[in-house]
Order: sequence, then C-alpha cells, then structure tokens
Amino acid sequence: MNTPASDLEGVVLDERVTVTFTELAQLCGSDDEVVRLLVAEGVLHPLGSRPEEWRFSGIEIRRARRALRLQRDLDLNLAGTALAIDLLDEVDALRARIRALEALLEFGA
Amino acid sequence: MEYKDYYKILGVSRDASQDDIKRAFRKLARKYHPDVSKEPNAEARFKEVNEANEVLRDPEKRAAYDALGSGWQSGQEFRPPPGEGFSHREFRFSTEDAAEFSDFFSSLFGGRGAAPRGEPRPRRGRDQTARLRIRLEDAFHGATRQLQIDAPELGPDGQVARRPRTLNVRIPAGVTQGQQIRLAGQGSPGVKGGTAGDLFLEIDFEPHPFLHPEGKNIHLNLPISPWEAALGATVSVPTLGGPVSLKIPPGTQTGRRLRLKGRGLPGDPPGDAYIQIEIVTPPADTEEAKAAYRRLAEACPFNPRAKLGV
Repeated sequence: MNTPASDLEGVVLDERVTVTFTELAQLCGSDDEVVRLLVAEGVLHPLGSRPEEWRFSGIEIRRARRALRLQRDLDLNLAGTALAIDLLDEVDALRARIRALEALLEFGA
Repeated sequence: MEYKDYYKILGVSRDASQDDIKRAFRKLARKYHPDVSKEPNAEARFKEVNEANEVLRDPEKRAAYDALGSGWQSGQEFRPPPGEGFSHREFRFSTEDAAEFSDFFSSLFGGRGAAPRGEPRPRRGRDQTARLRIRLEDAFHGATRQLQIDAPELGPDGQVARRPRTLNVRIPAGVTQGQQIRLAGQGSPGVKGGTAGDLFLEIDFEPHPFLHPEGKNIHLNLPISPWEAALGATVSVPTLGGPVSLKIPPGTQTGRRLRLKGRGLPGDPPGDAYIQIEIVTPPADTEEAKAAYRRLAEACPFNPRAKLGV
C-alpha cells in the first residue's frame, strides 16, 4: 500500500480562498461560539458585517487554527491568545524581512 | 518498545509535586510548541512533552506509571507486565493527541484516543500538519512532489498503528514561504465512522543561491562593473522565468534598487523582482590595470567620504 494512486490536489490557503463562518468552525474542529469569540477579540478579521455574511480568507483559516491550538495546548485565555497571534504574525513578517536583507548583505562577503 | 522516562522528559525529579510538573510542562510547551518554536524537531519534542504531561499530571496515571518502578533506563527495551496489566483499566485522556502518543503509552493506558469505551460517538480524525520543502523553481512553475508522512492508521482491532504513507502532491504555481496547502481527508482516520481529518502542508523553500523570496517578491543582488554603473548599460538579469534585460541608468551607485514588475512569483497580481545594485571593481593585478586606475583617479578627482566631513 505504498504506491500512491494518483496526484493529490490541495487547496492553497491564500487570500483567494474564502470560507463561511460555519465552514471555518468545521475546519478548525471547533464550534461556532469559539470562532465568534476570536472575531470579537480581533484575532480574526472576516469580510462582511453580520455572522451570516462573514467570509474568512485562507490567511484567516491559518490564523484561526494556530490560535485554537495555542489556546488549547498552552491553556491561554482569549486576550493572551490574541496577543500571541499578533506577535507571531509580526515575528513571521520580521523573519521574512531579515532573511531577505541578510541574503542581500551576504553579497561580496 | 522503548521505555520512556517521563520525569526526565519534563526535567523533574520523581518526587516532584503536581505544581512542579505543571510548571515544567508549561515552560517546555511554550518552548517547543510547533506554532511558536523554531527549534529543530519542535513537533516531535512537543508531542513527547505532551505525552509525559498527560501521564504525570493525572495522579491515577502517574501512580500506574510509578508502579513500573524506578529501575528503568530511558530507551530500554520494555515489555508491559503480563496478566493484570494496566490496559484492563479504564483511563480518561485530556487530549485527543493521546491517539498519537507512543506505543509505550498505549501499552500502559490504551491507545484508542480520548473516547472512553461505551461511548460509540463518531469522531472526526485529527488534522495533521507536515512541512513540505520545495525549490523556489517548483513554486514558480508548479510541480508534483512525493512526500512520506508517518500517519496513524486505525487497525481492525481499533488500535492505532503508525505507518508510513507516500503521497503525490501537486504544488500549484505561486505558493509562498509558510503558506499552507490543505488536503481534505488526508489526515488521521476518523473514529467510529467519523470523517478523516485534513492534512495541512506548510511550504518551506530550500535556500536559493541568489534569488531570495519575500512573499511573492524576489530579491536579487546584481553585481555590475564601474563603467556599467557610470555610463549606463543594458545587462542580463536572472529571474525565475529566465534571463531578462535590465537597463542600468547612467550614474547608478551601489545600493540602488531597481524593480522588474511582475518578475516575481506568479499570482494575481504576480510578485515583482527587486534588483539591488552592487558595484564590483576589477582587480588591479597587472601593470596595465594599475595604470588605468591611476589615470581614472587623475581624470575624476572626487572624495567619496565628503558626507562624512573628512
């Protein structure tokens, strides 16, 4: 059973993908209320004003999954989760920036 | 199977208080949590720490574990005690991760995951995350990559066994560092008729010798000669799509950044290529070259340190 049958095609979780409120909760293996709290706390930023209209991008899916894992595994409260997610986003951006800058500095060395 | 020294994994003594254990776990969990940590093997370490905590945090499981005695060495070959073994007892698990804990754990506490017996509720399988290392060229053109994941599978006896699985995955053009690809239903199998979890592949680029991605944009250092910089020139620049002609304006200095619109990773809109200019001087290793430099010095008297006031 080691030969893969055919190529698997996945979905890239980028800004072009959007899911509804309920789909996001399913994707995260969690319930609506938990997702609603993450939106209320400003961890998630859906498009649309009412929960029925909410659309979450692929970026938000990743953020939601990360938030829920951290909350569960490190026993964080909502405010702590929000802070951790904001800081992790910033760290990711800074790391990408540093990688690019370092690579440019290496030249001629 | 190998004996696991849960006290050693958490770095506490065998007589540690429940508070000590909680503190040690919290500290290690923050250090190795795969969402936070950049430590190599963070995922495996976190699982190990989680497993140790699952046993030691619960006085009942801790007592059962302690009953094995303290004579065991970490990694020593272990066979569960026969007869009235622990597996006849019913333990509750606080985390769904229990389904993916070690064989040693399952032999002591059962490996059927969080669902206690007599509660045949269908449960969705766990999501899995794996890192997928690809070349920048694969992200530009799109590619199919084969990867092996160590996937838990549910045997007919209801026991979980880990088995390597080979997957062929299509990587669409335009993926970027850290982005995730979701493969629905390719995670851990569901329990009692529940659906399978998803597999999330996180893109990780192999370092490229001279093209450096930042999101969809690509950075490149471009060495040029002093005369190309001073007089202007059209030079060839490597991009992911192949060499492209770039016009260097006259009077260009080191550090100047030029943009090739749309020459980054594909997308809507595609990324750009940013070309950082670096002037490289030819070595003065012949009499002729030295004479040429001296003539240049005479012809172009200038102080490159004027801004420094010296």
